[in-house]
Amino acid sequence: MKKLKFISVFIALLLTGGKVIAEDDPKVEMGISEYSHTDQDHTQKTQKESKSTTDHSKLKELQGPFSSGPEVTKACLKCHNKAGHQFMKNKHWTWKHTHPKTGQKLGKGVLINNFCTNAKGNEGMCAQCHAGYNMKDSNFDFNNQENMDCLVCHESTGTYYKTPTTKGNKSCSVMFEGKPAIEWTKVAQSVAMPSRNNCGKCHFYGGGGDNVKHGDLSSVLLDPPKDVDVHMSADGENFSCVTCHVGEGHEWAGSRYEMLVNDKIGTGKPGMPREVASCESCHSASPHSTNTITGIKLNNHTKRVACETCHIPEIARGGVATQIDWDWRTMGKLKNGEGFKLKEYTQGDGHHRATYKSIKGTFTYAENFQPMYAWFDGTMRYTTIDTKFDPSKGPIDINSFSGSHDDPNSRIYPFKRMHTTMPYDKGNNTLVYMNLWGDDGNALWGTYDFGKAIETGMKKNGIPYSGEWGFVKTYSYWPINHMVAPKKDALECAECHSKAGRLSHLKGFYMPGTGNKLLDLIGLLAILGTLGGVLGHATLRKISRRKK
Amino acid sequence: MSKTVKLRVFKRFERLWHWSQMALIFTLIFTGFGVYGVHDLISFSDAVTIHTGAALILLLIWAFATFWLFTTGEWRHYIPTRKNFIKVARYYAFGIFKGEHHPYIKTYRRKHNPLQALTYLLVKTVIFPAIWISGIAYLLISFGLGDFLNGIDIGWIAMIHIIAAFAIVMFVIAHVYLLTTGHSFVEHVKPMITGYDDVDLTDEELAYLRANEPNTIKE
Repeated sequence: MKKLKFISVFIALLLTGGKVIAEDDPKVEMGISEYSHTDQDHTQKTQKESKSTTDHSKLKELQGPFSSGPEVTKACLKCHNKAGHQFMKNKHWTWKHTHPKTGQKLGKGVLINNFCTNAKGNEGMCAQCHAGYNMKDSNFDFNNQENMDCLVCHESTGTYYKTPTTKGNKSCSVMFEGKPAIEWTKVAQSVAMPSRNNCGKCHFYGGGGDNVKHGDLSSVLLDPPKDVDVHMSADGENFSCVTCHVGEGHEWAGSRYEMLVNDKIGTGKPGMPREVASCESCHSASPHSTNTITGIKLNNHTKRVACETCHIPEIARGGVATQIDWDWRTMGKLKNGEGFKLKEYTQGDGHHRATYKSIKGTFTYAENFQPMYAWFDGTMRYTTIDTKFDPSKGPIDINSFSGSHDDPNSRIYPFKRMHTTMPYDKGNNTLVYMNLWGDDGNALWGTYDFGKAIETGMKKNGIPYSGEWGFVKTYSYWPINHMVAPKKDALECAECHSKAGRLSHLKGFYMPGTGNKLLDLIGLLAILGTLGGVLGHATLRKISRRKK
Repeated sequence: MSKTVKLRVFKRFERLWHWSQMALIFTLIFTGFGVYGVHDLISFSDAVTIHTGAALILLLIWAFATFWLFTTGEWRHYIPTRKNFIKVARYYAFGIFKGEHHPYIKTYRRKHNPLQALTYLLVKTVIFPAIWISGIAYLLISFGLGDFLNGIDIGWIAMIHIIAAFAIVMFVIAHVYLLTTGHSFVEHVKPMITGYDDVDLTDEELAYLRANEPNTIKE
């Protein structure tokens, strides 16, 4: 009897994959709260002493009292009377970008990604990362300077935060409760050059969580050890984001839409300021020591191989994982009618990451993993809402890029590839805009109904919809530029120069160490033929001698 | 009339050239095939460094050797000849199995048998140039000085280099094997160490050497 019980427990364990799921499982977290800890994490850790000629806390214009963001902006613009005109052209404000080469109309305002999908129509939630106030929908007034949010980029207390501009479904209201009120005067007086805390609040949490989207931009960069990032570590250069992302007049370098992949100008002439975020702009295109043959050889690589390819050996280092797969198909499972999270991935720093969220589906994480490598000329093309595709032709590229060995401006570049199974318009073979956020009873987050969310999202944004939706597999590609490792951790030659090396999938050009099957065969036959001839000759000599 | 005597056939420079060339070629074969991807007994960067360094030294030695060959007139030993060619070829194909003696004895003007001379000539004029011309082109491109070679794909340059390398390996195998034919391996290697080998000298040659270069003959 006892034996039987043991066996049945054993079988049950086998069936559940060894996990016993119970209501009080510590891995299950009830509710659908997002972004719960981003603000606490962003209190200033390594603040540099300001060398500014102005102490803003002493300015009479900033003595307040202020009770809202736009009031602070008004005060800023009184002195910085060109800042508004400058910033009005910036992507952080416009959420629009016309690609100079492809002519495609891009930007956060219209694009669909393969994470939370579309900001368009969900501005109420997504505009927490818009550098403006009160963007509630697509009819935002982009000409009103007072709606600009100076503080999100310039305040330095770490206490400033943004909340959704509209109400979500009531099940979402829990997300932003219980935050301390913003001390407007204090944050207004703290303004400074943007620190990594300011940029990181959005850019480290893209896609709905720490490092979810990029793979090379995570909260680790707030205070990274030197082996994670030589530039941003306090033990290294202690750079902030804007040390490299330089610019003037509220425009700065480093766009993913049109990247400078092969910077041939390098450091430029002495005293020549260059507004680019390339490695070469500081390190030049021949950064390796020419005292050794290896160094000379490495310098000869820079024409064809991006610095990042060797110097960022792995993605998502430092303990914070990134998502590599998102499956929307499982969205909408509930426990007792309530949304929940299942936190079954424990990342390097010990935090548990959600592998399932009722509002989003199933996630797969990875950390310390090898990038994908491809020839890249810097130009990204997007599958936009009006792009028709053939869903039978394998995963759809949300963004694709060109580049080849024959193009002197292309280099071999590292990428993170994101794979997602997401809804699409089955009748029109296009992507869809989903209505994710809102309290109108049609928002996905609350109703958990794809049909309603897609129909409302398409209608709201004036996009034709066939009425039929399905799931399609997609890829997106994220160039890897951050988390540059120390010299000693750069890739060894043989990581690529070997038969099963990191670049063995790249064909059509010569690379030593990778072999050449035909040549190998010719060589083998020639050498074996010679050995055979010699052995045959020697054997004949032996035999004939014995006969004697 | 002729007499077989021990004559210093390989000058000191020639021996130094031969053995340093041997050591460098073995180094180059080992590191070169490491770079090419046949083995990974040495790290790629070490292989590249040693291969490049050894190649540069060998090029220098070849420059000296070429100069030496032409200024001393030693190049004449490598001119192809039909005299005794068939005889020697017949020996390696048949005679050797019947226990015949090697039909060729070195002469003052001909320290190599005709088959040997032709092989060395081919090595010097075809295989070695193929490897050093392709190697220099490859190095120039690697050192960023190869802009004038822009029309040529480095893959083809490497291909020529590798095919020439295969030919050198084949040569080395045959070369070492042929040392085992005839008297003995040691007998064959010795002249390249001491410099002295049995040479058929005419009376006139012997008289000349006795009078002018007595230290080059052992009687």
